[in-house]
Amino acid sequence: MPETGIREITFAEAVREALAEEMRRDSRVFIMGEDVAEAGTPFKVLSGLVEEFGTSRVVDTPISEAGFTGVGVGAAMTGLRPVVDIMFGDFITLTMDQMANQAAKVHYMSGGKWNVPMVMRTTLGAARRSAAQHSQSLHAWFSHIPGLKVVLPSTPYDAKGLLKSAIRDDNPVIFFEDKMSFKLKGPVPEAEYTIPLGVADVKRIGTDITLVGTSSMVQVALEAAVMLEQAGISAEVVDPRTTWPLDEHTLIESVKKTSRAIVIDEGYGRYGVAAEIAATIAEGAFHYLDGPVKRMGAMHVPIPFSPPLEDLTVPTGKTVFDTAMTLCGRS
Amino acid sequence: MTTVSDPTRTSAGVGVEKWLRMYRQMMAIRLFEENVNELYTRALMPGLAHLYIGEEAIAVGVCEALRHDDYVTSTHRGHGHCLAKGASPKLMFAELLGKEAGYCRGKGGSMHIADPATGNLGANAIVAGSVGIATGAALSAKTLKTGQVAVCFFGEGALGQGVLYECMNLAQLWKLPVIYVCENNMYTEYTHFSETTAGDIPSRAAAFGVRAETVDGQDVRAVHAVATDIADRARRGEGPAFLLCNTYRYRGHHVGDINREYYRSKKEEQQWLAESDPIKNFAEWLKSQKHADAGALSTIDSELRAEMDKAVKFAVAAPYPGADEVDQDVYA
Ligand SMILES: Cc1ncc(C[n+]2csc(CCOP(=O)(O)OP(=O)(O)O)c2C)c(N)n1
Repeated sequence: MPETGIREITFAEAVREALAEEMRRDSRVFIMGEDVAEAGTPFKVLSGLVEEFGTSRVVDTPISEAGFTGVGVGAAMTGLRPVVDIMFGDFITLTMDQMANQAAKVHYMSGGKWNVPMVMRTTLGAARRSAAQHSQSLHAWFSHIPGLKVVLPSTPYDAKGLLKSAIRDDNPVIFFEDKMSFKLKGPVPEAEYTIPLGVADVKRIGTDITLVGTSSMVQVALEAAVMLEQAGISAEVVDPRTTWPLDEHTLIESVKKTSRAIVIDEGYGRYGVAAEIAATIAEGAFHYLDGPVKRMGAMHVPIPFSPPLEDLTVPTGKTVFDTAMTLCGRS
Repeated sequence: MTTVSDPTRTSAGVGVEKWLRMYRQMMAIRLFEENVNELYTRALMPGLAHLYIGEEAIAVGVCEALRHDDYVTSTHRGHGHCLAKGASPKLMFAELLGKEAGYCRGKGGSMHIADPATGNLGANAIVAGSVGIATGAALSAKTLKTGQVAVCFFGEGALGQGVLYECMNLAQLWKLPVIYVCENNMYTEYTHFSETTAGDIPSRAAAFGVRAETVDGQDVRAVHAVATDIADRARRGEGPAFLLCNTYRYRGHHVGDINREYYRSKKEEQQWLAESDPIKNFAEWLKSQKHADAGALSTIDSELRAEMDKAVKFAVAAPYPGADEVDQDVYA
């Protein structure tokens, strides 16, 4: 956690700073994707980078996700360090062969001889009234595949430090950014820092229940924690920050202390990231648990367009609060 | 072989009544879209929408060459295709506002209008996402001997997707009645197509042996003539076609794309508006041929305005779906 009293920047600015710093530090790093250059992506996250680094390092591509992801894999194997931009997380489906069969396997299949030092940046999250093909949180797909690392930053500070580590990592790393967080502000030091992949962060200390939140759901967990405090329940909020590598130790130790846990992740609950983390906790803290580990995620439906329906599909501070109250025997 | 359609070639046998219907359809799309923009600026529409203004001649020219039961697939910029195939503005507005009365019970929104009654297999928010669906519909039509044709509308951005080439190859091998309509409005989101598209576009289809045509997408008569040819040909079992329509989107990529000068100049926009407005030019032609006078056209315009007003009011007043709708229709 950053010290207090330092400058605040947005999540989008933190991502941009991380990229700019790494591109200055290492001339092999470049960005490739749709509308990344002059447009700076539809979310304007990359605004200004093309002015500094030029179109040979901030490269606009055709709408060819499978193709340019594959090009990223090959370029990464042979001396460059690509940051591949997939505009919406929903479009990772188009890159799956390149990621799951190629990028993830090259190092192992070659007996450790080839590396794929590539980052894929993409998004997750609903609530933008964008309907079923622009609202999914598909990070579980990549988390499932050995050879890939998956990063889920929840604050500007984490986004910057984790992205810098991702770019320096010699493995394919997928970096998911919550679309609703781009404008979120938080303290980020001006001095250089990185955050290692695989280290969870306790976002709030508590004693009665552990709320494990990822990405967009960290803020939701923190909201619920405030409501719980008013009800006399002290909630600890743990953010794993990466689904793989996963900091099992921090998760298990927190639950050993609190003896109750809810895992909140915006992907689908079934067969998802929340399920895996819940199982990890259940195995590691079994004898300390006072109740079942609960999973909360997107409702198991395609995300609907209609606002009142879409709002039902994602966990909120209130639904997490209600679940926590039940788990604590208070309702 | 790729051919550029002869601009003087217009369908023989098209009567005044049909020309006027085409005018009405184009104007309906224009007015529909202006209302969508208004709903957005008045914060009555959730999310964003991609307007078809400027490209009306393509949807109308093609759909007027189709049978009612022919299939279409559409894109994120899909309102024009849906309306041209016969969708009701009222139910479309309701969908755009997420209301239960909408075509998809509010679950689809602007980018996903689908309507079996008009052969609309669905608009699609994945670029090139419907190429397989349209080609599959053509396979059904051929297998079931229904005589239907499937039209796949897409922007030139879809030329970047491999699935298009996989499907065109299949379609030609199997002589499927499918027409790939590429609407080249010059920009994907914020990037000129010349920066993302190598070589000659229709030659890509021609390389598979697919009949490839190029047409002025601002000229509804030209679009209609060539669409009639290739639809009839497909219906006769002579195989798929690729139709490149050169056009321009008059507005932003979506309703929120207001400052566009970093990717295209005001001068360029104004030139297209002044010289190539498909509706204005067609109206001039109708008048010059004495098919209609200014009064008759403005009567059509005001009828449509009244219809759109009513449709918007209906949609605004319509209720949202109930909470129990959320997990309905996940499975058949
Ligand atoms: C597979 C995929 N990649 C990226 C996008 C994001 N996107 C939406 S529209 C668009 C541009 C599409 O351009 P074009 O196909 O030419 O259609 P136009 O918008 O010009 O009508 C992009 C990149 C998407 N929807 N699907």
